[in-house]
Amino acid sequence: MKKDEIREIDFSIYDIRDDVKYEFQTGKGLSKEVVLEISEQKNEPSWMREFRLEALAIYQKMPMPTWGVDLSELDIDSIIAYIRPSAKMQRSWEEVPEEIRRTFERLGIPEAERKGLAGVGAQYDSEVIYHNIKESLTKQGVIFEDMDTAVKKYPDIIKEYFMTKNVLPTDHKFAALHAAIWSGGTFVYVPQGVKVEVPLQAYFRMNAPGSGQFEHTLIIADKGSEVHFIEGCSAPQYSVSNLHAGCVELFINEGARIIYSTIENWSKNTYNLNTKRAIVEKDGIIEWISGSFGSKKTMLYPASILKGEGAKAEYTSVTFAAKGQHLDTGSKMIHLAPNTSSKVLAKSISKDGGISSYRGLLKIGTNAEGAKASVQCEGLMLDDISRSDTMPVIDIENDNVDIGHEAKVGRISEEQIFYLMSRGLSEDDARAMIVRGFVEPIAKALPLEYAVEMNRLIKLELEGAIG
Amino acid sequence: MRETLLEIRDLHVEVEDKHILKGLDLTIKRGEVHAIMGPNGSGKSTLCHSIMGNPRYKVTGGEIFFEGKDITNLKVNERAKKGIFLSFQSPEEIPGITVDNFIRTSVNIVTGQNMSMLQFAKEMKNTLELLDMDSEYRTRYLNVGFSGGEKKKTEILQMAFLKPKLIMLDEIDSGLDIDALKVVAEAVKKLKTEDMSILIVTHYNRILDYLEPDVISVLMDGRIVKSGDKDLAKILEEKGYDFVRNGV
Repeated sequence: MKKDEIREIDFSIYDIRDDVKYEFQTGKGLSKEVVLEISEQKNEPSWMREFRLEALAIYQKMPMPTWGVDLSELDIDSIIAYIRPSAKMQRSWEEVPEEIRRTFERLGIPEAERKGLAGVGAQYDSEVIYHNIKESLTKQGVIFEDMDTAVKKYPDIIKEYFMTKNVLPTDHKFAALHAAIWSGGTFVYVPQGVKVEVPLQAYFRMNAPGSGQFEHTLIIADKGSEVHFIEGCSAPQYSVSNLHAGCVELFINEGARIIYSTIENWSKNTYNLNTKRAIVEKDGIIEWISGSFGSKKTMLYPASILKGEGAKAEYTSVTFAAKGQHLDTGSKMIHLAPNTSSKVLAKSISKDGGISSYRGLLKIGTNAEGAKASVQCEGLMLDDISRSDTMPVIDIENDNVDIGHEAKVGRISEEQIFYLMSRGLSEDDARAMIVRGFVEPIAKALPLEYAVEMNRLIKLELEGAIG
Repeated sequence: MRETLLEIRDLHVEVEDKHILKGLDLTIKRGEVHAIMGPNGSGKSTLCHSIMGNPRYKVTGGEIFFEGKDITNLKVNERAKKGIFLSFQSPEEIPGITVDNFIRTSVNIVTGQNMSMLQFAKEMKNTLELLDMDSEYRTRYLNVGFSGGEKKKTEILQMAFLKPKLIMLDEIDSGLDIDALKVVAEAVKKLKTEDMSILIVTHYNRILDYLEPDVISVLMDGRIVKSGDKDLAKILEEKGYDFVRNGV
């Protein structure tokens, strides 16, 4: 996409609530009956139903996390676990019900698909309502399917990979919750040596108040293949809490590469408790690009397990917390093999009393001879009532490694503002410029369209225009 | 008789509850080069910052008029748009914003017009040459990792684009070696048009040799205590500020 083709977006679109009909919902709370109901509604094979029930038992036994953000106000028993719009999954936008189609049009999804995406999945509350991929990719053997369909169409693969060897239901309470009531999401398989030149995108939209979204993304990149997957998420603002507990499992085989980009803009009543993990084999590459702007509370720590020799991981992120937000994000880099390398560049911004933290782990195992790793995390506070913390944990069990580490937190100074204002900039423009400069290293690392989108979201956050 | 550009009447300024300017009067005519000299701590920088409108410097009395209008309560950026420019003694560093990007943004805001890329590039090339600066400065982040001299030159680079009516040079000579001082002073001289006024704040005479002030005022204890022509600088150099203080 060239620079002049970038759309101007009216950001009020994020906050428009649709008046759509829902044909089924489980009601509030979580029980064996609710889980069975979801499975039945989806007409799932028995192995998935059993898997869900086991996960529910794990969930019920596990304690709530007591670190990170304060979850005491999150009442899972008041969340609607499953809510299905009266819309069948379609492969053509014309067949998507008008109210829902209009929402995605406002978000620019069909247009982006026409202009520069290889495939698009669109999820509305609990169900995927549109999923389509370019025929040329299907011919090369690329699978891009909504997860519910994939369970039925590719049971052997899903049964083998779905939360069995990457993220496990026993990992933490929200992984167990996800396993019990997951719905929607995307399954991608890229065959050996196939390079998907243009990105695939999934867009997750929550519309119903008090509901949860628990989509599951599973991507398997076979040997030497390449794919760029983009996630976008948004929701209108409600006074009741919404919960998003998605799960992303990436398998990167020998010499394969996945770029996983996320621009998250959940409404500020949403709890975003997400689990993302990549297992990277020999010479494989994972690149995480992450922009976290929305939500009331976020806990998100994408993990890269560098399992094969020479595997590489990069994590580039911007987190922006405004009034009433506590965003706790970071990355986990786990080096398990020789000559693996990882690079973290994380920037967090906070204003109007928002809290934005970097919490990361860099672990170098005994076998990771010759590993290289760099962690750079920086926080910028726009006023003196906001908070920004960096909590990078480094755990090294091998001497022959090359580690670079830098963490700093700063505040915009009044003298900087005065300097910029003396050159004609208004106070708001001056702040925006300092913030733009702060995230410049990230903007440089992003594809142009995302850099532009990121700068727009930052501008809006500064103006306080996002509800 | 040239018209008055800046007029300050009985100005009192406090910084962090310290009374610095204590009833300062000053008039600068259009096109005039006016040097303010004075010992350390006499309030020279405070004067510049007060004219620019730094909110840290609280005006507790008096008025500042620019082109006949009272600007005492005007915001900093509005003063910049009126044509007031301060070359800072220690300019701030702005990471992530290139010199090019910053100057373009600033020029477009101050002039209210979008300068064409072509004209910008042309003017940039000429001004960089004038200041003996390499074109790689354009893509460096504003003042980040710049030496003292590079920062001062970058201030003048900005000034060249903004074409202000009142240029305040706050100790432009500090941190510059003799060669760089000459380059900067000659650039300012060349960039100055007949309509522009310059207010130079300095300890030293050297810059005055290049910029040849029409008026020299001595600032002591928060007030202008003496004004004269450029010969005053020589007397000050020979006899020191005590000469003025003793009221001779």
